[in-house]
Amino acid sequence: MRSSRSVLAVALASALVLAGCGGAGETPANSGAQKGEPAPGVTDTEVVIGTHQPLTGPAAPGYSRISVGAKAVYDYVNDGGGINGRKITYKVEDDGYNPTKTVEVVKKLVLQDKVFAIVGGLGTPTHSKVLDYLSGEGVPDVLVSSGALMWNSPEKHPNTFGYQLDYTREGKIQGQYIKDNFAGKKVGLLVQGDDVGTDTQKGLDQFIKDQIVERKTYDPANTDVTPQISALQAAGAEVVVCECIPAFMALTILTTLKIGYKPQLVVSSIGADPATLTGLVEQFAKQGGAQVSGGALLTGIIGTRYLPSVRGGDDAWTTFFKGIHDKYIPQEAFTDTLVYGMVQAYTFSQALKAAGKDLTRQKLLDAMSSGELKGPGLTPFAYSKDDHAGYTGALVFRIEADGSVKTLQEAKTTDTQTGEVKSYGEKRPTPEEVKLVG
Amino acid sequence: MKNLPPIVLHLLAALGCLVLLVLLTMVTDPFTNLRIATVGYYLVAVAGLALLTGFNGQVSLGHGAFMFIGAYTVALLVKRVPSFPIWADLLLATVAGGIAGLLAGAAAARLRGPYLAGATLALAVGLPAVAQRFPDLFAGSNGLSFTVNSQPAALAGVPPTRWQAWIVWLAVLLALVFLANLARGKLGRTLRAVRDDEVAASLAGVHVGRTKILAFLVSSACGGLAGGLQAFLLGTAAPGSFTVALSLSLLAALVLGGLGSLWGALWGALALVYFQVWTDDLAELLDLRTDISDNLPLALYGVVLIVIVLAFPAGIQGGLRKVWVRVRRPAPSQRGEA
Repeated sequence: MRSSRSVLAVALASALVLAGCGGAGETPANSGAQKGEPAPGVTDTEVVIGTHQPLTGPAAPGYSRISVGAKAVYDYVNDGGGINGRKITYKVEDDGYNPTKTVEVVKKLVLQDKVFAIVGGLGTPTHSKVLDYLSGEGVPDVLVSSGALMWNSPEKHPNTFGYQLDYTREGKIQGQYIKDNFAGKKVGLLVQGDDVGTDTQKGLDQFIKDQIVERKTYDPANTDVTPQISALQAAGAEVVVCECIPAFMALTILTTLKIGYKPQLVVSSIGADPATLTGLVEQFAKQGGAQVSGGALLTGIIGTRYLPSVRGGDDAWTTFFKGIHDKYIPQEAFTDTLVYGMVQAYTFSQALKAAGKDLTRQKLLDAMSSGELKGPGLTPFAYSKDDHAGYTGALVFRIEADGSVKTLQEAKTTDTQTGEVKSYGEKRPTPEEVKLVG
Repeated sequence: MKNLPPIVLHLLAALGCLVLLVLLTMVTDPFTNLRIATVGYYLVAVAGLALLTGFNGQVSLGHGAFMFIGAYTVALLVKRVPSFPIWADLLLATVAGGIAGLLAGAAAARLRGPYLAGATLALAVGLPAVAQRFPDLFAGSNGLSFTVNSQPAALAGVPPTRWQAWIVWLAVLLALVFLANLARGKLGRTLRAVRDDEVAASLAGVHVGRTKILAFLVSSACGGLAGGLQAFLLGTAAPGSFTVALSLSLLAALVLGGLGSLWGALWGALALVYFQVWTDDLAELLDLRTDISDNLPLALYGVVLIVIVLAFPAGIQGGLRKVWVRVRRPAPSQRGEA
């Protein structure tokens, strides 16, 4: 009796749900894009923007400083009177590099904090989960902190713009450098098991496909990379290309030390900040009960970068950002990762300025795709109406014994297809030329 | 009222709750609706764990793995079999979680104490790696992302998060009615008998192994449903969301809320969602250094957990009951009932 009633109850409830439901994977008749309304998050004196960053969790070592650098630049801009009379309020939400949290915090930013735009949302596994949502809501999603190719699809995601050098372009530049300088050597690959890996291989394979002897992936949730590194060693790889976030780059360096493996490490820009790496290597070793010298372990590592480096000698932009650093966040170590956030904030401020006094979301997007944005980066952005990719090239450098970085190959640019990797010599604007305030 | 069978009482209570929740979502903003729904799916997961740990005495450190299975079931169904309605996807997620639990339970029934904890922990650590092993199907670390179409055209005016909260809580309340009934019925008694003394239970004619497996089955089916609901709500299933930390936080939430009662699961789920929110706000208010404020929520959660367990060993629900008993005259013990 009792069971038949509960069956009836369940059946009734299901029928109710069934009555008003299409297939879960089908596209609904109307999508909720809102256009032509006054821009949320904008008043005459303020513009509210938001971001999701890994302040805790597996990507926090290193990356948690990015938003600190960005905040300092916004403070600098606000102290100078803001952009077009508006102060920038920068809301940073911690997602712990956990995609579930990313969706939650981005919805919080959009629904509760009513942000004007999402700026520099960090991570491929994380940000990819909010891409459709942000497009659907019509929220500008600019300067995504990841080099995956998927940010550049103007038809599908007209609001989304990349920022950093994408992994395919970077893979091409790395591939060509290895082909030219390590010809005939066996190459091993360690990549994060997501788009970082697949996008990079598209680039590398154009140059060194026959040199690659082993490909391994790691998962950010699992901090033991010994099996992967051992496999690379067993395959006899003399050059190991790492497309790793800083924490896993540091783990890789320590693991090679542990198993007595000395390949030439070639690191992509996402994990090639010498100052951050030094700190992480020493910190992780200490947690494991060992004392190592980060500087010594890093010597000889080859990296790529598209931004000025804090250790790269005289540069007008480095000096400019150092000034902001010393004034607003003197307690923070001045690292390339910090500069990454500062350049991002500076670039967004430039776009905001170009969007004009009468600010709407569409005007911001127009400013982004105008192709006019030029600033601190070593190579230009690809931005245009049909291209939403960020930086288009990088230089190759080596970390020296004294901790400085030596440029091995000047900045070159390329495309995401099979186009040539070519030198880029155009002069960058100085901070004075593209001044935001004052 | 007293003469009605429990199922009717529970269903009426669930209906009342659903009406209250719908009203609550109507007066709150879209983002609060999302949080209400989040409490919902955590509640199912923690309630399932309550049945296993509180009622049956088996400790699982790996319930996040069942949420993983549920979430990926919904994700794959939405992507690969788009014609299935969401309720069918959720039902299948529950079934998938249940099947996994049956297998895990069959192994676990022979284990107890630290060995059981270790085995379930292995599940939580190992299972997300499956996504890495088969990147073509599960999309590796990146995981799957998708948009769930569930809102009927007639209700297009309802904000999406409100509609999602309704669906989540409908599923949650159905699951709770099922669990509450189970806990009050014959199975609930056998579960408790096995928990308290396996030998005595066995002498009384209870099949100990079978009971334990059944507890695992029901509990992991709840985990599967919770994962499915999470995937439905957030449109994502990625290995980075189902870490060991998730499994441990579910267990911690259960201990915090109070073992041995479905009410405890509710307090636990509320704590999981809102404690984070409050401590985040607090950290922001205090204007601390970033490396302190970033980690403050987790540290405070730990402190509160320790304090609650020291002050009220039976969790929040135990504390509330103590207060209630002191206010009223001593009532007969209702241990282990919802």
